[in-house]
Amino acid sequence: MLLNASGCLDALTAPEVARSLDAFVTKTITPEPREGNPAVRIAETEAGMLNSIGLANPGRERFLAETLPRLRELGKPLWISVGGFSAAEYAETCAALEDVEAIELNLSCPNVDEAPESAAAIVAACRAATALPLYAKLSPAAWDIAEAARAVEAAGADGLSLVNTLRGLALDPQTLRPTLARGTGGYSGPALKPVALAAVYACAAAVEIPIVGMGGVRSGLDALELIAAGASAVALGTVLFSDPGAPSRIRSELAAEVAARDLGHPLDARGAAHSSLQMTVSRSGNAMQKVPGNRPKVTA
Amino acid sequence: MRRERCSVTGTEQVGPYTLLRVGRRGLDAGIPGQFFMLEAPGRLLPRPMSVCLADASELAFLIDPIGPGTRALCELEPGDRLHVLGPLGNSFDLGVERPLLVGGGIGIAPLPYLSQQLGGAPAILGFRSDQHAEAAALLPGAEVCIEPTYVTALLPDERRDVLACGPEPMLAALRRLVPDAQLAWEAPMACGYGACYGCAVELDGELKRLCVEGPVLCAA
Repeated sequence: MLLNASGCLDALTAPEVARSLDAFVTKTITPEPREGNPAVRIAETEAGMLNSIGLANPGRERFLAETLPRLRELGKPLWISVGGFSAAEYAETCAALEDVEAIELNLSCPNVDEAPESAAAIVAACRAATALPLYAKLSPAAWDIAEAARAVEAAGADGLSLVNTLRGLALDPQTLRPTLARGTGGYSGPALKPVALAAVYACAAAVEIPIVGMGGVRSGLDALELIAAGASAVALGTVLFSDPGAPSRIRSELAAEVAARDLGHPLDARGAAHSSLQMTVSRSGNAMQKVPGNRPKVTA
Repeated sequence: MRRERCSVTGTEQVGPYTLLRVGRRGLDAGIPGQFFMLEAPGRLLPRPMSVCLADASELAFLIDPIGPGTRALCELEPGDRLHVLGPLGNSFDLGVERPLLVGGGIGIAPLPYLSQQLGGAPAILGFRSDQHAEAAALLPGAEVCIEPTYVTALLPDERRDVLACGPEPMLAALRRLVPDAQLAWEAPMACGYGACYGCAVELDGELKRLCVEGPVLCAA
């Protein structure tokens, strides 16, 4: 399943791109409208890009009244990315949502100053507020992301979105001052892929809930690698900026990668990267607890 | 919005700038003021460029090599291929009675195509040096000034429908002098089609995306 990463596509200005995905994930919605951060908000770097958009969004009320009805006209499953500055704020927005595919809790935006409550506390509050599937989007900057994954799973998350951007800084080569007006920004693009793979790999071994893998995906093979690390869906972010045709291209590349390995479906490769772990834990008798659902059929 | 892999058909040095010509491959040239995202070889993100010249077979973009992406574009050679996405953004409103084109520096880029679509229009141009002013050859008949004279000094007394592109200080000055001027702005942008929210500018007291609401904004 191919999605967009939150904040990397506006389905209203590019509906044909949104329709080429299996589900559309909105930009993060906060209770109050947010203008976002001042310009300059983006900077290209050697191996990725920085953004400091700052959760610009019309706010919950306008989103529900104006944006969401127009998004429904796409006819695509909708994932609503929810943000806030307290567990109660997240929960209020969750409670106001109905008839959407899933809610993704943005627990890790690097572009706002306010420190969030613990991810697990936010998930628990949202769990009490909605029966909709809740995906927790975690930062790869955690010391032990598997621990964070276990905590949000225990708090009631139905899935994980891995990973958000990493905080980064670019300096203007002339002035040696920060390129972005806000100073730091969220680092994304190809350089994030190994970080995303490591996070998915660690969390897939730690939890049983499904994982949407994202970070630096540019090709079908990149997507397959995230699946092999344990993801059951893949989201595209920065690649959409340079190539709005990326979803269909990556989909066909993924099909070719799958065919080349004599697999029937991309998810047949799910967890393939864990094969040695699987052997280890199955000897200890608790394989199903430690290893993601689909058994890999990869023999190579 | 359409994306094609176009071949470079030619490059020309125009003062310090490079005029990059690419085969159209069925791309719509758009309305003057609209822009394309050009894949910059070796870089992650494409670069926004307005159409400078268009004919049945080619689009031409005038590029100032100011950073790694624009330098890579200027180094392209005939036969090289690059992805071109567009046309994007809004455009100049061509329904004007007494047009006057105003350009500053690399802001001359969209004016030759604009002039062509208007069936010719008087133009005034400002540049920072004689070398930069060589680009005025793209707009025959234009009145040209060199710093320290600013292009605003060439504005006629009578009322004109100003269509302008240039550096921010020039656009800001025009906004004060000609309240109904159509001004083409620029901002760093990752995508050009509303996805990244990187190119936000303040409009009517709100931050809006220049690639969707612009790049041409009315001064008032």
